[in-house]
Amino acid sequence: MTDRQLLVGPFNRVEGDLEIRLDIRDGQVAAAYANSPLFRGFEMMLLGKDPRDALTLTPRICGICSVSQSAAAALALGAAGGHAMAPQGALAAAILHGVENLADHVTHFNLFFMPDFARPAYAGRAWHDRAVARFTAMEGSAARVTAEARARLMHISGLLGGKWPHTLAIQPGGVTKTPDARDRVRILATLRAFRRYLEEALFDAPVEAFAALETVDQLDAWEGGDAALFFRIARDLGLEKIGQGPRRYMSFGAYPLPDGPGFSRGLWQNGATGPVDPALIVEDLSHAWMLGDTAHPTQGATVPDEDMRDPAYSWCKAPRLGGAVVEVGALARQVVDGHPLALALAAEGSVRARIAGRLLEIARTQILLEGWAAALDPEARFMDPAPTLRDGQGAGLVEAARGSLGHWLRVEKGRIAGYQIIAPTTWNFSPRDAGGTPGPVEAALVGAKVGAGEETPLSVQHIVRSFDPCMVCTVH
Amino acid sequence: MKRMNMLWLQSAGCGGCTMSLLCAEDPNVFDLLADAGIEVLWHPSVSVQTGDEVRRLLAAIEAGEQVLDVLCVEGSIVTGPKGTGRFHMLAGTGRSMLDWVRALAPLARDVVAVGTCAAYGGVTSAGGNPAGAVGLAYDGKLRGGALAEGFRARSGRPVINVAGCPTHPDWVTETLLLLAEDKLGEGDLDDLGRPRFYADHLVHHACPKNEFYEYKASARELSELGCMMEHLGCVGTQAHGDCNIRPWNGSGSCTRGGYPCINCTAPEFEEPRHPFTETPTIAGIPVGLPSDMPKAWFMALASLSKAATPKRIEANAHSDRIRVPPGGGRKP
Repeated sequence: MTDRQLLVGPFNRVEGDLEIRLDIRDGQVAAAYANSPLFRGFEMMLLGKDPRDALTLTPRICGICSVSQSAAAALALGAAGGHAMAPQGALAAAILHGVENLADHVTHFNLFFMPDFARPAYAGRAWHDRAVARFTAMEGSAARVTAEARARLMHISGLLGGKWPHTLAIQPGGVTKTPDARDRVRILATLRAFRRYLEEALFDAPVEAFAALETVDQLDAWEGGDAALFFRIARDLGLEKIGQGPRRYMSFGAYPLPDGPGFSRGLWQNGATGPVDPALIVEDLSHAWMLGDTAHPTQGATVPDEDMRDPAYSWCKAPRLGGAVVEVGALARQVVDGHPLALALAAEGSVRARIAGRLLEIARTQILLEGWAAALDPEARFMDPAPTLRDGQGAGLVEAARGSLGHWLRVEKGRIAGYQIIAPTTWNFSPRDAGGTPGPVEAALVGAKVGAGEETPLSVQHIVRSFDPCMVCTVH
Repeated sequence: MKRMNMLWLQSAGCGGCTMSLLCAEDPNVFDLLADAGIEVLWHPSVSVQTGDEVRRLLAAIEAGEQVLDVLCVEGSIVTGPKGTGRFHMLAGTGRSMLDWVRALAPLARDVVAVGTCAAYGGVTSAGGNPAGAVGLAYDGKLRGGALAEGFRARSGRPVINVAGCPTHPDWVTETLLLLAEDKLGEGDLDDLGRPRFYADHLVHHACPKNEFYEYKASARELSELGCMMEHLGCVGTQAHGDCNIRPWNGSGSCTRGGYPCINCTAPEFEEPRHPFTETPTIAGIPVGLPSDMPKAWFMALASLSKAATPKRIEANAHSDRIRVPPGGGRKP
């Protein structure tokens, strides 16, 4: 018997608009329903267009992961034409993409996730004064120093990609800007400055030290920076016990480079990592305001149900892998990549685990980026122009900050005949499927504590934001 | 110091104008707004309030209990399906964003459309415009969008269209700084409602490819250094914006990044009627020459300058890096 229902929204400090409906019983969430309330229809807009136009239009699906969209489109076009990027072009694209993912992670931690702990509801906790000083929205010292560090990091995007977001620099054949020797040392200098920010504010230690953590005990003993403040808060509030996901983690492999991806591809479940087969992906439409049948994205279509009929409750389709729900994101990527700390947190699958996975990936991405920038060869070619694409079919599978992003493209007679996109938050915030199985966040919310007077429960906010949802990507 | 409050709503867009705004520098965006006495009533990406706290704020504004100085809207407003606006119901409120914007805009002293989606519909209205996206005061080039034609905010000013896809952080912050001092009159806006401080410039101004443009030494493939007007769809000579005068993210711009200007500050840029990176031609002559130059003069000058192209410029135009330096290069 449901005691009461709550409609939580507008749900902010996520990218885009989000509404969560909650059934509350005995002071906790008994059922949750995630609604992605915005439909724009990018997949419909692209039909009939020149395939190259996907490179201009799809980045504009999302202002926070536009390079991810751009990279997926470029790879899909390349795959459809059997064309690969010039190796150094792929390296430059990886730098552009890594910078975006790194910026997104620090934005999430400092501006989206942590401000909730500065709320008056937590006054009196031993850590609260510190949280207020650092993370009060728009005023905290961490918010301001992060905004400055992030803006300076994005100078790499300006130098190498013209601007951020919505760069057109990444193409099926490489990148449009050939960096010279001066650009290379400037990128390295910017990265070293960002390292200083991470090592002063976030970790108060070398990024290598955080990346070397292997056990949850070591994590608990971490003493430096805002990361330590979070782990202290997490212990006090029991964030290691709430928001448990499906504990089935997928990664398409991040940063495709000639020698293999920066973070590997795979599927982790039941304690072991195996291959991921994208042929097993389907999108279930049973609870989406979409018409059509369950289909693989190469066969799928996007036809909104203009009457918004029950039992659907979201514009989001429900992607499933081999019929199962999977979680994607930084934690998933680090688990699949086999990092010992991430593996130690995989079974926990909690709010704390997701944040720890993201912090770990911040440290590791900084190290990767420095290596890639050092390896830039100004003498090399950065573009191998792709021939005109008349007919073909291909997929671009990448890892955005928030997880696995796929573009599935079909070109006929020089025009886009099919374009389907599954974004990270489409996986994480999917509605129920035909079998009634809830999506990852819907399941993760069950059991969250709700105070008698709470209209927008704090536990629900922590759980939802721990996924770092991007709602504009979700439905697109 | 005068104080000014601001409410920011996001609808059918990508959120990229906010993400770009967070790239503001000297000082960071939070200090910049606070130092100018601009109070953020609520912003969907950076404010603490969520859910019921936001609903109470919106109700107070609607009831006249909370004065609203500036309403910023980011993203287009979707009117579909069937004119209901239900392609975006503002979460938790049971009301469409179309309805909210129509309710709140008349209460604001000024209304700012942030980005080309909010201004004219933008990318969200591309293709067949599946969601029925419109701007606040424009539907593409046509006046009248989500708000009635002739809409004026309490100040008497029309909607201020800070168009761009995305907006440069300074375009937004400087618009707000000027509004905070009440120094942005209707005469400071161009015919499409854009602040003239950035829209009176062309992307062509200070484009690093200008020497190539002078000789029509043109790139044929992306990554070549030459001018992108003749073959690669660049419309920087017509596009309004100070992108090459005031760089992006430190030192960037689209043309500095080696790809064409697609005129993203203009209505209907999303449907150029040709591939974005390809210049349509009629009998070999590019369509869309500089807007205020007689075509015959342009053609005459272009053929003369092409014939006079120095070898250095011709060689570099078709290269991905400088092959021939000025003065013929280093002495052996």
